[in-house]
Formats: sequence, structure tokens, C-alpha cells
Amino acid sequence: MKGEPVTNDRSNDTNDTNDTSSFRPVASANAGSIMRARQLELGRAVAQDSRERSHPRPFEVYFHVPFCLRRCGYCDFNTYTATDLGEGASRGNFANLAVQDAIKLRRWQDDAGIPTVPASTVFFGGGTPTILPAKDLIKMLDTVRSVWGLEPGAEVTTEANPDTVDDRYIATLAEAGFTRISFGMQSAVPQVLRTLDRTHSQANVVAGVAAAEKYGLRSSVDLIYGAPGESVDQWCTSVEAALDLGVNHISAYALTLEPTTKMGRLVSSGRLASPDDDDEATKYEMVDSLLSTAGFEWYEISNWARNGEVSRHNLGYWRNAEWAGIGPGAHSHYGDMRAWDTKHPRMWAKQLHSGYIPWSGTERVNAVESVEETVMLGLRLHEGLSLRKVSEQRRKAQNEDAVASSDLGTQIAALRGLVGELSSEGLVEVVDAESLRIRPTLHGRLLNDLVIERVLDAMGN
Amino acid sequence: MNQKNQPGSTDQSLIRNFCIIAHIDHGKSTVADRILQLSGIIPEREMRDRFLDRMDIEQERGITIKSQAVRVPWTVEGTEYTLGMIDTPGHVDFTYEVSRALAACEGAVLLVDSTQGIEAQTLSNLYMAMDHDLTIIPVLNKIDLPSAEPEKHAEEIANLLGIEPDEVLRVSGKTGEGVKELLDTIVAQIKPPHGDAQAPARALIFDSVYDSYRGIVTYIRMVDGEIHSREKIRQMGLGTAHDPIELGVISPDMVPTTSLGAGEVGYIITGVKDVSQSKVGDTITTEKNSASEPLEGYRDPQPMVYAGLFPIDNAQYPDLRDALDKLKLNDAALVYQPETSVALGFGFRCGFLGLLHMEIVSERLSREFGLDLISTAPNVHYEVTTEDNKTILVKNPSEFPDGKIKKVVEPIVTADIITPKEFVGPVMDLCQEHRGQMKNMEYLSTERVELHYVMPLAEIVFDFFDQLKSRTKGYASLDYHEAGEQAADLVKVDILIQGEKVDAFSSIVHKDKAYAYGVMMTKKLRKLIPRQQFEIPLQAAIGSRIIARETISAMRKDVLAKCYGGDITRKRKLLEKQKEGKKRMKMLGRVEVPQEAFVAALATNDSTDKDTQDKIRAAARKDS
Repeated sequence: MKGEPVTNDRSNDTNDTNDTSSFRPVASANAGSIMRARQLELGRAVAQDSRERSHPRPFEVYFHVPFCLRRCGYCDFNTYTATDLGEGASRGNFANLAVQDAIKLRRWQDDAGIPTVPASTVFFGGGTPTILPAKDLIKMLDTVRSVWGLEPGAEVTTEANPDTVDDRYIATLAEAGFTRISFGMQSAVPQVLRTLDRTHSQANVVAGVAAAEKYGLRSSVDLIYGAPGESVDQWCTSVEAALDLGVNHISAYALTLEPTTKMGRLVSSGRLASPDDDDEATKYEMVDSLLSTAGFEWYEISNWARNGEVSRHNLGYWRNAEWAGIGPGAHSHYGDMRAWDTKHPRMWAKQLHSGYIPWSGTERVNAVESVEETVMLGLRLHEGLSLRKVSEQRRKAQNEDAVASSDLGTQIAALRGLVGELSSEGLVEVVDAESLRIRPTLHGRLLNDLVIERVLDAMGN
Repeated sequence: MNQKNQPGSTDQSLIRNFCIIAHIDHGKSTVADRILQLSGIIPEREMRDRFLDRMDIEQERGITIKSQAVRVPWTVEGTEYTLGMIDTPGHVDFTYEVSRALAACEGAVLLVDSTQGIEAQTLSNLYMAMDHDLTIIPVLNKIDLPSAEPEKHAEEIANLLGIEPDEVLRVSGKTGEGVKELLDTIVAQIKPPHGDAQAPARALIFDSVYDSYRGIVTYIRMVDGEIHSREKIRQMGLGTAHDPIELGVISPDMVPTTSLGAGEVGYIITGVKDVSQSKVGDTITTEKNSASEPLEGYRDPQPMVYAGLFPIDNAQYPDLRDALDKLKLNDAALVYQPETSVALGFGFRCGFLGLLHMEIVSERLSREFGLDLISTAPNVHYEVTTEDNKTILVKNPSEFPDGKIKKVVEPIVTADIITPKEFVGPVMDLCQEHRGQMKNMEYLSTERVELHYVMPLAEIVFDFFDQLKSRTKGYASLDYHEAGEQAADLVKVDILIQGEKVDAFSSIVHKDKAYAYGVMMTKKLRKLIPRQQFEIPLQAAIGSRIIARETISAMRKDVLAKCYGGDITRKRKLLEKQKEGKKRMKMLGRVEVPQEAFVAALATNDSTDKDTQDKIRAAARKDS
């Protein structure tokens, strides 16, 4: 559930309407070759853009496994409880399809002239990746090795439902090169777990983390706060239970209610209490304080780590790395290009069989959009965001070299003014005055949208 | 059907001009349609329900706003007569248009729903028609309905007019029953026009409309002499002369003719597009052989209610000005002047005859001219005398002087309310709450009562009518007329957002109601303004005295919890959407207020939820 480049229904709708090109299955007999040609053309444009950039970005691979044992009421991820969705998109055959997708992507990169580097991280998300036999996950990891190569010391993570892994499963993964497991713990309070439709018990989580430690894997747990009916004390209990596990990485997310989910419908019909921003703010402040006391440091708004055990894969998303997303609904970033795979596994498989990459849409971000992304992602991070750097990046992208340097000075002065305001309002702290690197304070993390908006405004974006 | 009587050559003795006086929903348009159909001027297949109501709003609301004048042939015993049927509006705000129509007629059909009986507004229009010496033909409509009580209501009408109940005609616009007899009676009883056909031409302008292709279409009633299509005409009041492009009659579409003679009703198009060039009430004569004296014109209707209209997008300000200019052409009662509001930007302060008039004008502005408007709460005009004996006319709460006030004078009206007797109690309570003073009460019949009150106009313009309807299950009807003014204990309540006065929300109210207004507005705004980075106090104040306060607490969290892979594109698109949304925000000091909040806060309905009422009641107990 964490680390997953998958959109929900709503975002996919938005994406589809904004397609610059669509790769939906075409009915004609030579559909495959038509689509391959279109994808290649797009790839060449992206390659051109990549060559103009001086140093290559890190490359990551994400696998989306769209299967679950059961669907949780709050979840709007692209996942299915059926074992076979047609066109070969079954649990048993999924790894084979993912391997095909990876091979096609690499061929596309080569044909288009997009430079590749070995993957620095691999992440299996879902759905429930551990619903598949360990050998299937290993097959996919091996494919990354053979297709792109794996950097020495690469981070390889899988998400795990505490119910689906046992000692042997974890041992097998460790042996094959997995380095990290992220457990979907969510809560330690049975009542809250029931509200969330989770079937596991805290004992399973304890056993899973112990097994991971035994075989040398790092562990992380995910927590959710703000479930309907969850008290502040219950939340405190869950955080303390997570700390008791001895893990060095914890993610905590506010429950996000999507109207299309079962829980969304229950809330809008008044049968379930609506999550409350103030309650969530209180719980965020609480988890931040409990974790800091225990020696954790936040490195992203919803992520805390100890001993430097950050999720490098997820950091890549916020630092604008490139990544290949493999699996139904997965998103990919190649240079300035964004692509997203077809959501339904059957259609996704059908596209693969037709011989092309199963994208349902793509988009290329322009200079303005690229600044938006950099700002909104950078301001989520403890390392912060250098406003001077973004400002220069924007000018460069817009070919404003001709603009007199005094104008750049004016903008920097304006940004400096903004930084003064934001820090006097307690929203950011200044990490480095010269580069105008700022980091959100606790207050600024909670009001992150506001900070983003003010920074973008000041940039004239 | 070939008509014998052609425009311009129809003898006055064969002409009958009449209008129909009826309350909304009493079936006037249906009867009018039936008349057009019986006369044969509309082929059966083109017959459209309510042919005369041309504007969309009219069709939708089932009310007639603009009068229309149709020429209809009708033959009695082998003689073809020409009927001029002038449609009139039925709502209380449109008395002035009724009076225009009356001035162009010799008779009036008093149409009453036989399931409802006569209503207050109909009564006042009836008296107006009697003042104009029109022949009145009383008619009960909807006799086909099972709930019709023609005997009872005929008695009521007979009492009013001093006639026998069986002299009241009975028709059904729906089935057509009795309509033929009605037309025969019109021919028999209504006097023909008696202008001087040989005298210099004189025609009364009783309406005009703006057509985007043809310019101004002026409706006239010929009184004396005749006008030819190639003759230069002169407007006596304005002193301007024009060559008509077209002269004609409506039957039921525009039919050009070569002339119009004494007693006839028709239209003139001069090609003029400037709306100020056609003044309703003015007299038209010919340039050659001009008449020496104009006809008696209409009294210019006086606006009673004022409100500011502001375009949501300030770039639409010039469009709003043009649109008002065009509406003004056939809506003499509409007055307006530019106004600037700190909160709402540039707009116009407009004067209206009443609330419905205001509603219709804003609706026409949005529908016909595509304007997106915010309207402030309606108010009346006040005469405010300050301590140092200066008198200021206040048409806008923002003009209310600061400092000590010696006296405030407000307009009052006489209000006539007809209601079934079982609702007398609730109606009296309502009037009491609205500072009404009862004058007397009379029984129209054993079932229905007419109550006479004197009330401040300001109390009527806000939500009185809606409440009257709801407390009497829709049975009561209201009519009101200006009745001078009175001094009253009035104060201006200001609404402050984070200490800044928001002019659009200021209101002049009676001292006893100031607290209720303050509580209502601050509570409403608390719900409408989104939480922001800082706490926002909302206050209601009289001068510097705070009378009510609410607080919007500071927003604590707006962050999106997760932002991985696909969330990134989604979040970026959300950001872009929010940026668009910002354009519809108004900055009041540091506070961002969405336009929707202004619109909703200024809406008059749902003004008092239970919580607010409790709060007000508790305060009232404390005071006493």
C-alpha cells in the first residue's frame, strides 16, 4: 500500500481526459504495430529531452500486484479479489506477464535511444504482493537483474500483509536478495482494525517483524490514523505498539476517504462518522512527538526513520527519480514523460498480448508543471527545498537566459521576502540562507498545501 | 380566414379594446389562448400553450410580465368586429404595467378562479380599472374543475360590483366552454373607442421592447387621427422625430400595415436602437399636421426597493451596463446608478418596484444576457437626520451616517391581505412580528377575510411574502401601496470579518431586530467561509458596539497524507484546479472569501435555523 505509484479511480479519470496520446487497445488486426510505432515516436522525443540533461537520474522499478484476499472498506487502490481476471491475468500467471512488460519496456527504451542505468531500488506493492508465492516475486526481481541490472547494495522491498507471510516465505525472499519488508500493520487496536476491515492481529505483525530480523531484512510498518471511532488514546496505543516492534521505519497516514469506497459511502450516508481534520492534526502531532522521543526523525511528511533506515525507493519519488511502473494502473516517469498502465488486469494483459507496452495514457510535463512537481514534492521532505535552485531551474527550462540578471535578483529578493514571512509565521525553517533552502516545520507539514501555494505564487508559477 | 376589417381602415364603432385582469394562476393566459384559437387567427396545429407569454421566464413561472397587444377578429350576427386584447401582468409588483394597459382600453375582463375566489391584487387592479371608467365584465374561470364553487364566488363578485350573481359569466379556458359567450359579451358591452378620427394623430406609447435585429419595437394605441407607414412621426414628450421603418399590428405575429387609425392598437419600428429614444407614456403624433396637446401620460413608477447588483467577474461590468440599458427600455420602473463596493467590486445600485421585480430583472440579466451576478440584500430608502440637523437620503446602508442620529424616517405602506378565515390568527401574528399596525378587518364572504394593515415597507421587502404564503398554506394574497412615511427606531448593523467592515452585508434594521440579524449573518458566514491559516473573528456591530460574534477557528491541517507514484500527477492536477478556484475568491483584508459565500449569505431564504432562533429567544428573555 505504501510506495505505490498507482492512482485511484478519480485520478485516472483526470489523466485520461488530459491524454496527450492514448494507448488503449485498438480493434484492428495490426493494432500491435500501430501502437508500437506511436510509443516509439514518443520515446524518441523523451530521449532527446534526456540527452539534454547533464547527469542521469537514478532509476527505480515498481511492481504493482493487483490482488488481495479481501477488499478493505477504505481502500481504493487498483486491486481485485478474484483469482483469474481473464486474458491470462490470473494470480498464477501474473509474474509471467510482469516479466513480459519489463522486457518490452527495455526494448522500447533501447529502440528510442533512452539511456538506461541499473536499478537502484525495486519495490513490490499492491494489492498484496505476498499473496503470490515467493518464487513469483523472485522471478520478477530476477527479471530486473537481467533486463536493467541491479546496483550493488540496491534496496529491494516488498509490502506484506501480516497474514500472508511466514518464516519460510521471508527466508526465501531474503535469500533471493530482498532487503526490506513493509508490513501493513495499520493499528494495534482490534476495534480499529475491524473498522478498517483488517483481519490480522498484532501477534502476526510481531511474528513477521521477528522473522524479518532473523533473516537480516529491515522492517517497516504502516499505520493509519483517523479511522471512524478511533480515539486519541487508541492511536497512542497503536504508535507505542509499533515502537515496541523495534522497527527502524514507520509510516503514518491519515485515513483518506474516497467517495467511491465502501467506507466513503457509509460516511456520506451518515452511518459512519466522518474523519475530522482537527482530530487528525492532533494525532499527527502525537505520532511525531512519540517517534521523535524514540529516536526517529521524520524524513518525509508521513515517514519516520531511525539509524538512517529511510525508504530509498520512496525518497526517489520525491526527489524526482525516474522509474518504471509495471503492473495494472502503475505509473512511470521517464524524463519529462509520465505514463500510466491500463487499470484493469484483463485489458492490461490483452495489450501485452498485442505486443506493446500496456499504457492507457501518457503526458509530458512542461516547465511550469515541472516546477509545480518539484515544489510540492520538495516541501514534503526534511532535506527541504532550495528556492534558488528551483527558480534557476525554471528560468533555464523556459529559456530565459536572455533575461537580465537583475530580474533574477528581483525574483530572489521576492523569494527571500517570502521565506521571511513563512518562517515568522512558523511554517518553515531556513536550512540554508544562501540557497534559500527551506524545510517545513511541524505546523508547516500540517499546512503543507498552504506553503506550496505561497511558494508557487511567489515564483509566479 | 379572410378578415374584412383591415388595419387603418377599421371604423371605430367596430373596435373593442380590452384587457384581462386576473391573479397569477387564475388562468388568464389559457383564456387568452382560447380566444386566439376561436377567432381563427392561429391555425390549430400552431397553437401552442400560452401563446402570448413569449419570454422563457414567463413560460416557466406561469406568470405574465410584459403585456402584449393582439388584434383579434370576432363576428357577431354577421358583423365583423376587431378586438384589441391587451395582456396584463398579474403580480403585485407590476401595478404600473397594468395601469399602462388600462389606459389603452375601454373595458376589462375581470377573470377570477372559481376554485379560489378574488385575490387582493385583483381587487386593487379592479379598483384601478373602475377609476379609469372601464366597463367591467366579471368572469369565473375553471368551472370544469370539481373543486369549483362558481355560486359562492359569483356572490362575492356581485357584492363587490353591485350586480346580480347571474351576471357573472362562467368559462373554462381549458375546455373552451363559455369563451364564445364571453367574446359576444365583450362586443355587446364594451364601448367602442371614441377618438376624433379627423383630428391630428395622437397615439399613446404603452409599451416597448428591444429586439436585437430590429431595434426598438414600440406598442401604441391610436387615440385620434391616423398614422401612415411613410409618414414621419414625432414623440411629443422627447421632441424627437423619426421615419418609421414599419407600422403594423400583432395578429398574432407581427403583420406590417400601411396605416393605423383611431382606436386601433399596433406597433411602430423606427430602427432606433438607443433605448432612451422610446419613452413609455409619451404621445406620438405626425411630423406634419402635429397635434398641439399630448395625451395624459403615465405617472413614472417609483422604485420602492433597492439592491446592488454586481458581476461575479468584474470584467462583465460593461456588459451589465448595456444589459440594464436594454431592460430599462421596456421596464420604466427600473432605475440604476453605478456603485462601488469594497467587497463586491463595481456594479449598480438598482431600484425596483418590489421583490419579484428584482428577482425577474436579475433572472433576465443572467438568462438573456448571460451575466453571472451577486445581488445584495434588498433595502428601502430612509431619511436620516443627524444630531447637527443634516438630513441625508439613504438608499444604501453604506450611506447611513456614522455618529449620533436624531431621527430615521422610513417608508410605510398599506397592506391588504385576503385570507381564508382560519388563517386570520397566523396572519395577524406575522404582521405583528413585522411591525404591522392593524387598521381594520372585513369579511368578504362568510369564508374569507380582508385585513388592512399599515406596515413599514422594509418589513415587506425582505421575506414577508414567502412567510405569508407558508403560514397560510398558500391561500393568502397580498397587495400593498405606498402610504407615506414614519419615524422609527432604526439602526445600521455592520458585519465585520476579522475586524474589517464588509459593506455588502450591512443592513438597516429595527433596533429590536438588530441582534437577530447579527446572529443570523455571523452564523451563516461561519458556515460559508472556509477555515484559513489564522483564526477569523466574525462580528456584528452597531457603530462600535459589538452585538454578536462567531469565530472561525484556524485551519490545522490541509496536507495530503500520501504522495507516491501516481499521486504525484494527481496532486499536481489538483493544485492546478485549486489555482483556478482562487480566481473566484475575494480578498477581504487577509481573509479569502469564496464568491459562493457572498451569494449564499445574501440569499433571503433559510435565514433562521432552529439554533439561531433559540439564541435570539434566549436573548429576548434576558432583555425583558
